[in-house]
Order: sequence, then structure tokens, then C-alpha cells
Amino acid sequence: MKLHEYTISQLHDLISKREISVPELTRYMLDRIESLDSKLECYITVTEKQAMEQAEKVQKMIDEGTLNSPLAGIPMGIKDNICTRGIPTTCASKMLSNFVPPYDAHVVKKLYDNGAVLLGKLNMDEFAMGSSTESSHFKKTKNPWDTERVPGGSSGGSAAAVAAGEAIYALGSDTGGSIRQPASFCGCVGLKPTYGLVSRFGLVAYASSFDQIGPLTKTVTDCALVLNAIAGHDPMDLTSSRRQHPDYTKALVNDVKGLKIGLPREFIDDSVQKDIRDAVLNAVKVFSDLGAQCEEISIPIMEYVVPTYYIIALAEASSNLARYDGVKFGYRAANPKDMLDFCMRSRSEGFGTEVKRRILLGTYVLSSGYYDAYYKKALKARTIITREFNKAFEKYDIIIGPVSPTTAYRIGEKINDPVQMYMEDIFTVPVNIAGLPAISIPCGFDSKSLPIGLQIIGKRFDETTVIRAAYTFEQNTDFHKAWPSLNE
Amino acid sequence: MIEVKPMEYEAVIGLEVHAELSTKSKIFCSCTTEFGGQPNTHCCPICLGMPGTLPVLNRKAVEYAIKAGLATNCTISLFTKQDRKNYFYPDLPKGYQISQYDLPLCKDGYVEIETENGKKKIRINRIHIEEDAGKLVHSEYGNYSFVDYNRTGVPLIEIVSEPDISSAAEAKAYLEKLKAILQFIGVSDCKMEEGSLRADVNISVRPKGSKQLGERTEMKNLNSFRAVYRAIEAEVARQIEVIKSGGVIHRETRRWDDAKGESYPMRSKEDAQDYRYFPEPDLPPLIIKKELIERLKNELPELPDARKQRYISEYGLPEYDAGVLTSSKELSDFFDEAAKVSTNVKAVSNWVMGDMLRILREKNMEIAEIPFSPAYLAKLVALIDKGVINGPTAKKVFEEMFDTGKDPETIVKEQGLEVLNDESVLLEVVERVIQENPNSVADYKKGKKKAIGFLVGQAMKATKGKANPQLINELLIKKLEG
Repeated sequence: MKLHEYTISQLHDLISKREISVPELTRYMLDRIESLDSKLECYITVTEKQAMEQAEKVQKMIDEGTLNSPLAGIPMGIKDNICTRGIPTTCASKMLSNFVPPYDAHVVKKLYDNGAVLLGKLNMDEFAMGSSTESSHFKKTKNPWDTERVPGGSSGGSAAAVAAGEAIYALGSDTGGSIRQPASFCGCVGLKPTYGLVSRFGLVAYASSFDQIGPLTKTVTDCALVLNAIAGHDPMDLTSSRRQHPDYTKALVNDVKGLKIGLPREFIDDSVQKDIRDAVLNAVKVFSDLGAQCEEISIPIMEYVVPTYYIIALAEASSNLARYDGVKFGYRAANPKDMLDFCMRSRSEGFGTEVKRRILLGTYVLSSGYYDAYYKKALKARTIITREFNKAFEKYDIIIGPVSPTTAYRIGEKINDPVQMYMEDIFTVPVNIAGLPAISIPCGFDSKSLPIGLQIIGKRFDETTVIRAAYTFEQNTDFHKAWPSLNE
Repeated sequence: MIEVKPMEYEAVIGLEVHAELSTKSKIFCSCTTEFGGQPNTHCCPICLGMPGTLPVLNRKAVEYAIKAGLATNCTISLFTKQDRKNYFYPDLPKGYQISQYDLPLCKDGYVEIETENGKKKIRINRIHIEEDAGKLVHSEYGNYSFVDYNRTGVPLIEIVSEPDISSAAEAKAYLEKLKAILQFIGVSDCKMEEGSLRADVNISVRPKGSKQLGERTEMKNLNSFRAVYRAIEAEVARQIEVIKSGGVIHRETRRWDDAKGESYPMRSKEDAQDYRYFPEPDLPPLIIKKELIERLKNELPELPDARKQRYISEYGLPEYDAGVLTSSKELSDFFDEAAKVSTNVKAVSNWVMGDMLRILREKNMEIAEIPFSPAYLAKLVALIDKGVINGPTAKKVFEEMFDTGKDPETIVKEQGLEVLNDESVLLEVVERVIQENPNSVADYKKGKKKAIGFLVGQAMKATKGKANPQLINELLIKKLEG
């Protein structure tokens, strides 16, 4: 087995036993990025110098016995919309191509405290708007399973890097599926935590009431380890929860006996690619065989989730992205005629097509005369959708289904059909609307050998049950063990 | 023939007042709210709206706003939230202002004002909290501007009145009352010249007695109470003039030019911005506990109206005097301190309202800059009452106190200003005056009793003002008639 194929817990063992040093491991990962990333284009910025310095520092602390975290010395990557002090944070946008934040995001601070080694900043859809990483201003990340295909998005760089071993784990952000969908496309584990479990401070806002940071990892165990490090209250984020979070590694229990699982029939209708449906039904069988009680349920409100999500998310986005006016940071248009021209051209030239489309849509739904018809109605729908899911959770411990109606598609295949792309968020967005935790784990391959993801949705702040179910599935299947060939 | 009486008009005026809250730190970050400072030295990534930063609400700002609401008889909302007001301007770092839209913190209050026409209640529609914006500084050397974000994120309350005001005088009285209340409760220093109190005025006119409201205009750039007064007078006159000459008032925002005493249209209703308000997702709704409201209510100090009543009932001051003394917290506090240690409160009041305000005006000083304690004023009054010094000397001593901050007793002793009560000394003076002014003496003897005044004056002059004028008077009469 090669080093990049190891999990966090395996590497932690090697480091603890002094079988490998942190600088050696970091050098190995940097070399791997060097040789592979020209092909996959996962990274926007590789922080080689900082990584090596950090590695030396962490090794010293391990040697001195002052650092004892399962994440100590493990090289990782961070999505480029999460602020890193002194390191460019571009949101894959021309607008922020020169932006270097003077502060770390809360999660970055926490990972550093745990001795994490940052390899670099990962590619994404511009401002996290998209589900294929094609809207990045800088590059198109390739899916490691088929480099003609997209890695999903918006955390496409994060998912592809983990799947290809260009990072042992990564952080992504999920506003409407941006961790889970690329995780499913790339065959890794991706968790969107409950809204409020992880601080958003330092995450460049897309849609504030949906955004959550979460881990992308090779295994559920690794997912629990990273979540342990990044979860918890942050006084700098008033939407972060004050509740004490449990030790998620305690949820790594191979047992689902008596677990009540709901499978919404709306999640496996004809709109879903057949081999995905089969994979999900197979998962149901796996769970049933292990003693879980699986039942088909109905969530009739599903047809409203996509419009509800897009109206609210884009309304918030239109406001969140108003700060990019060329005045204080980021791209600034040259030779403006006057103040209005200055602001308008900075925005017109600095933002890409998809971002502009979403800003316009969001502005429209908040405009006087349209507010009641769109935004206000969407807020009401949000309440109803949330209620429907909470109702289902009165009877069931988890809800399962696919992550996406399709597997990874070809680069360029859907980029010109935004509505089609929006519609494919149908299984991921309700989770963000209701603020629930959900994980994507590998559950099969389609006829083209592309990974399929299984989504496990839990009650608010019940990551424990989600992780237990995911871990049990993983322990009883082999899908997570497969590696893309990458013609290596 | 039917006699047509000329149509009479009345003004309908509402005020939107912004007051900066005097919290130590800004509303969403820990930067100082201090006025001045080098540009862009009182800011941080949060108030600069840098990507990824989030606002954390300053509890003190909410408490101050609730206090303002309680002091203006408002109902405090137990459930309230903050909203984003979206518009682009370089001094607004996030491209939106965090404000409150449909659920303001305080609502349905009133303040009582008093003008020549008597007392009147001005209803307050709402008070909400929001953040201040920065400032544009236009370059003197080129075609560009600078932005100073020091003020960005300073907490504000916006106090919106009902259109209950019908004259410039009422508007001024309302503003003065608001200012006094906010100062008394210590939530704002209300310095119009530093922009910590700002007012926009909505004005319309209608035929007297009509129930319908006329179209209104909004007046901006009012930087003093005087500007508010003059702008209202001018705008009411302008609107009546337009209507009388057959014209129509258009809904618009106008800018007041105080130097010219005129206003100009800034933007019309058609250009009105669509602020696209929506709930601020970064800040959870605010649940205000009843216990908090109770605690803040108990913390409220004596308000201007209550203090005025106390001056009337306890000190027997005339209503007018009590009103002037309670028009500003600093003035009222100064008076209070002096009155506490004085046996002649009426005299203290006269000194404060008369000489003290005059000297402050002449010296362009603030009350806070007065170099002596209020107790010294009480001492000065006592010196007069005990006959140690006379009135004119007291005035000189008072001026001296402003210059040196010295105790009046010390000044009197050092300069030997005690009243001359020694009859033998004064008799000599009187005799000399009679000798030196035969004409006046003759006038007096012819029956011109007024001439005595001149002679007293001469005697006072001869004693450098130190003589007891009463005694001089008596001695003179005795000499002249005896």
C-alpha cells in the first residue's frame, strides 16, 4: 500500500510508532501533488513552504509530547472559500484572485491546533455556486475515476483530491449538496453537519442560512475524527450551537439492529438513474440483513424543495456578494468614469457567468413587488419542508436515499443548462433547508464504473446515528476500498 | 357676492432622528466607537465586511436602545429581529446595512413637548437599532475620493415620530426634548456637530382642518437644530407657494443648504431605492426577557420631565426656569450639585441661567470644561447673602472663577473684595463725594431725588465697588437731608 492510500487513523499509527516522520509524509504528499495535479487540477494554491515548516513544527511537538491529536501531522487540503491567514483565499473567482485574508477561519484554527498540515487550497465552483467545479475561474478539476468527467461540486477540488490521494482528507462546504454530491461523484465520504454544529466564521458566505463546513475523507472513521476537531461553539458565529458535542468516534459501532430507516419513495422514482436506484435498494437490503427496520415513506413536498432552496439561497447570495464592489479588496476595474461605473464594472468583470446569474435571480426575488410572491412564499415552504422532515423523524432514526440522480457526467455536458443542473440538487437541498446532518458514503458503481453515493440523513444534531449507520454499512461492504486507476 | 377667504394651510411634519449610542465598542465587533482618530484606525475585518467575517451583536447596544424606548414611553418588543437593508455605496462595506425592518425593538411611544402654544404629545412610531456607515472624504487635489471606515458599525438608534409636529418650533422642541432624554439616560452624547445626532424631516402641507395628508418631501443634511428650524420654515413656505400658484408637490428628497437658506431636489420618488429588506441570516432573532426590561427600567435615572417637576415643587422654581435648567443633562446636573449645598436655590438658578450661560457662550466653553465645582457657585451665592460681597463684586469673582477655577472665598480674600461696612470709612467717602459734586447735590435739594443714584455711583467708584451700596445710600440721605 502506498502512503497516500492510508487513512488518517492508519497514518496516525505510523507517525506514533515513528515509522514515518511528518516531514517525510508531507514531502511525499507534495511530490504526489506535483506529479498528479497537472492532470487532475485539484489545487488552486499549493502551500509547499508553509506545509514543510508546519510539518517540522508538528513533528517537534509530537517528539516533545506536547501534541497528541489523531490529526497531528496528517496532510490535508482546504476548499478555497475557507479563509487561511496569509494564504490566498480566492473562492475560485477572479474577484478574489488577489485576496489574502489576515485571519484564519475558526475551523482552520482548530485544525492547526490539532497539528494538521495544510497542503494547499482546493478548487471549487466560483463562490461555491455550481455542482461540477466547472465555474471556477482558474481551472476545471477532473474526476479521478474518469478524467473526462466532472468531480461534482462545488467542493470538487476537495473530493477529487481525497479520492486521488492528493490529500489525506479535506474540508469542503455544503450549501445545497456541495460536500455530498462531489463525495458521491468521486467515491469518498462527505459529511454535511447539522446547521450550527460547525462555526462559519471565516467561510466566505454564499447562502448564510444554509452554509456548513464539513469533512471529506476516505472512511467514516476519518470523518468522525475530523468532525471531532472542527465541531463546537464559536462565540464569533452567533448561529453556532452552544451545545456540547459528543465524541463522534464513540459512534463508530458496527451495529444497526433495531435502527428504523425510512426510504422516501420520491428519492427512488424514475428520475433517478437505474443503477443508482439499484445501489440504494441494495443498501436497504444490507441494512435490513443487519437487523435494521427499513420502510418506504413519502415526503410529498419534495417537488418544492429545489425552487424553495434556490429562492432563499440566491436571495442571501445576492446580498452576501454585494461587498465585492472593488472598493476595499479584490478585483477593481481600471479607469472608471465615476463611482457607479467603478462599482458596476468591477462586479461585471470580476464575477463569472453563473455567479452573475445567481446574483440577478436573488436580487429579483427580493425586489419590491416580487418579494411576497417568491421570497416570502419560499420562507413559508421552508417551514413546511422542515416540518415534514421532522415529522418523518418522529418515526425513523435516519432517512436514506441517493445523493444525486446521476453519477459523474462529462465536462461541458450540462454547463449550458443551468435549470437541469439545479434540478439535480433535489436530494441534497432539503437537508440544507431543514438544517439536518447528512453523509454521503460509497455504495456502488454504475455501468461505467463510476462511484455511486448513498445519502444518510439524520435528526438535527444527531450526527452520532448518521455516523453509526454509515460506519456499519462501510464495515459490511467493500465499496470504499476501491481506488481509481489514474493510469499510475 | 360671496366673500372668499384666503385659504389657510397647516404643516404636517414627522422626524426621523438618528442617534449614535455611546457604547464603548461597535455594534458587531470590538472596535472603539471613539469619535475622530486617524482615518481607518478604528476598524477590523468584521466592520470592514471582509469575506467570511460575521457580526456578533453588542448586548450593550440593545440595552441602550431599550432604555431609549422606555424613556420615551415605548413598548419593548419581546421578539425582534434584524434585517439587511441592501444598497451600494462605497462607505457601506458589506453592501448592506444591518438594520431592523418589520419588527423594531421599540414601538408606540411618545414624548411631551412644550412651546408657546402649550404642551403637546408627539407620538413615536418606532425606535430600531442599526449600524452606522463610514464617511467619504473627497480629495482636494484630484478627481477621486477616500473612504474612512472609523464610523462604520457604530451603533445607532433611529427614532421615527408620527407626523404630529405642526411647526418648526415644535420640531425644535421635540428634538431638544429627545436630546435631553437621551443624554439624561446616558445612551447618547447627542452632538449634532459630531454627527452623533442627525435628523431627517418629512414635511407636507394641507388646507387647515383637512384630514387628508398632502404629498410630502424629505429634507436631508440638517446639521444643527437651527438648520432644522430654518429648513422647515423654508420648506413649508415653498410648498404653500407651489400649491397657491397652482402647482403640485412631488414626493422627493431635498438637500438643505444652510448657508444659502434654500433646499434643492436630490432625488425623486422614481429614483427611490429598493432596499430589498430581508431577515439577517447571520443573527438569530432576539428574544428580550421581561426581567431585562424590568432591570433596565429600574436603572433609568430621573428623566428631564420628572426633574423639572421636582425643581418646581421642591425648589419653588418658576416653570420656565425649571424647563431651561432641565434642557440639558450637564446643565441640570451642574445646577443640581450646586442646589444641593445651597440655602438659596432660586439665586443659584438665576446665576446658572444668567451669568453662567452667558460666560460659557462668550468663552465658547462646554459645561464639562468649567474649572470649578458646582459647590463653589453655591459658596458664591452664600457670600452675597451673608453680605460679604456685593452683587457687582460677585460678578467679577464669578468671571475670575472661570479663569482660575479658584474658590470664591479665596478670590475675595486674596484681592480684598469684602464689602466695606465700616461706617467711619464710608462717611469720609460720602463727604468727599458731596464736596466734589455740588451740581448733583443742588439738584437733589431742588427735589430731583434721582440725583442720589449718581452720587451713590460715585461713592461706589471711589471704593472700587466694594462699599455696601445700601449703607452708602443711607449715609448720603442722612448727610443731604440732615
